[in-house]
Amino acid sequence: MGARSSSNSSAARPRVPGLRAESAFQKALFVCAVAIVVLLTAIFLSLLLHSFPSLRSFGLSFFLGTAWDPVSRQFGALPFLVGTLLTSFLSLLICLPFSLSISIFLGEYFTEGALSSFLKNVTELLAGIPSVIYGFWGLFALVPVVRKIEMNLGIPPYGVGIFTASLILSVMIIPYAASIGREVITLVPSDIKEAGYSLGATRQEVITKIILPYARSGIMAGILLALGRALGETMAVTMVIGNSNILPHSIFSPGNTMASVIANEFTEATGRLYLSSLIEIGLLLFLVTLVINITGRYIIKKIGIEA
Amino acid sequence: MDQRKIEFRMAKDRGFEAMVIIFSFLSMIPLFLILFYILRNGLSSLSWEFLIELPKPVGEVGGGIANAIVGSVLLIIIASLPAIPMGVMAGIYLSEHKRGRVSYLLRLAAEVLQGTPSIVIGIIAYLWVVISMGGFSALSGGIALGIMMLPVIVRATEETLKLIPDSLKEASLALGIPYYKTILKVILPAGLSGITTGILISVARIAGETAPLLFTAFGNPFMNWNIIKPVNALPLLIYNYATSPYPEWHSIAWGASCVLVSIVLVLNLVARIIAKRWKVQF
Repeated sequence: MGARSSSNSSAARPRVPGLRAESAFQKALFVCAVAIVVLLTAIFLSLLLHSFPSLRSFGLSFFLGTAWDPVSRQFGALPFLVGTLLTSFLSLLICLPFSLSISIFLGEYFTEGALSSFLKNVTELLAGIPSVIYGFWGLFALVPVVRKIEMNLGIPPYGVGIFTASLILSVMIIPYAASIGREVITLVPSDIKEAGYSLGATRQEVITKIILPYARSGIMAGILLALGRALGETMAVTMVIGNSNILPHSIFSPGNTMASVIANEFTEATGRLYLSSLIEIGLLLFLVTLVINITGRYIIKKIGIEA
Repeated sequence: MDQRKIEFRMAKDRGFEAMVIIFSFLSMIPLFLILFYILRNGLSSLSWEFLIELPKPVGEVGGGIANAIVGSVLLIIIASLPAIPMGVMAGIYLSEHKRGRVSYLLRLAAEVLQGTPSIVIGIIAYLWVVISMGGFSALSGGIALGIMMLPVIVRATEETLKLIPDSLKEASLALGIPYYKTILKVILPAGLSGITTGILISVARIAGETAPLLFTAFGNPFMNWNIIKPVNALPLLIYNYATSPYPEWHSIAWGASCVLVSIVLVLNLVARIIAKRWKVQF
């Protein structure tokens, strides 16, 4: 578009100096913009292309098979799908009361002041810590604790496993869910809050019966974005989940998620089918996070906040 | 109204507030625990030698992380060289063409790219660069990290330039200054602090990334400046040493965590100071 308009003007005024630079600049902007779109398309197509051997051999049974056996070239991804779903939803469940509390704390009780800026900074720092450090800390601080809990419960004390991974994940996603929740809670118009108070409602009643229902869709969007992050999180999970390719039978058993199996086995994947199966898992991960992120962003855009 | 019922409701109100405060502060504990663990275990191994020496074989005392620091710097440079100009240009495109099909697609692509799991970006760099070059390399790792930087820079540039009023651009154009000079010499400098903040945040983000490096930069126990050979990186070193069975390596990993967290926190801090100090405002 830009390139066209500048070439029109160059026909009208052929001798203006710098006109070539002008149109080159416009073109460069356009090329960069298009390049990023092309990049994303190419990512999708590459994943699809390299998944073909596995797609052709296993078809839909890839997602239902429970055996992941490189030796006999049998690849079923169900254990990883289950592992991913379990860790993501468990971590969301754990994260929810905390992130919701932070949202209410920052959005309603303490909208400004030292205390709120302290909490805000802490949650932002929490979001900035590299995931490998979460994993490292989990391995040395969290795993022994979980092992003790498991011993008290009388189940095999692995220490590592789905539960440990979910704990770490929940800490990592709290900032994401909380920041969007805070934004929508501050956006609740004060007249409807005041209407609640004038009817004699307590603050708690205003929050649970007016603010939270009003901010529902925004909070949902925050949870969706946190879910997208939890699904794709790799390092922290890989380090504490136990890396077992067997279908997990309880939340304490070791397992693997889609991301962690790729991290673990990609470099040692010998043979086209093995590599292709791992790439197919990557393709699935890409598509699932794509849908979740687009949905989350769509909701955010609809309610009109800057995330 | 019944007095008891009112008292109950007020008690519930106070209980709710207390719960919100308690849960909020409970969620801060992990950060302090993590920082405490890193400092307690990492500070003791930190020294000048730690930063400038190479790792030693298992069993020998000492050894440093110089190769990982050099590798991380190398990877960040390789990532930034294409990603910063491309991201800024795409951001300018977005702010200049607010509507239109390309802008719509670009915004969508940036959002999707931002949400794409880093391990998937690693697979892509493996398929595109490692396979075609025939081996792991710093270049492939840098490209993976560069792809991860792009959406952050695009968004930061667009958001910043949005704040700059049209009157500034119109004033420049009215003086007869060509469009590209207006953008490069008037608009961009006006939004420089916002864009710099975005770039710093994106660098902080990729400095700690491990997953995309696992099968691209791969890791290397030796010093390497050659971008077509495998390099080590701080997060990679932490991952490899943390999951090893040797206590000496664990303490090196704690020390490296100390260094990495400091780098990331300082980058975030500087970004925030720049954003506050030289706020883009009109």
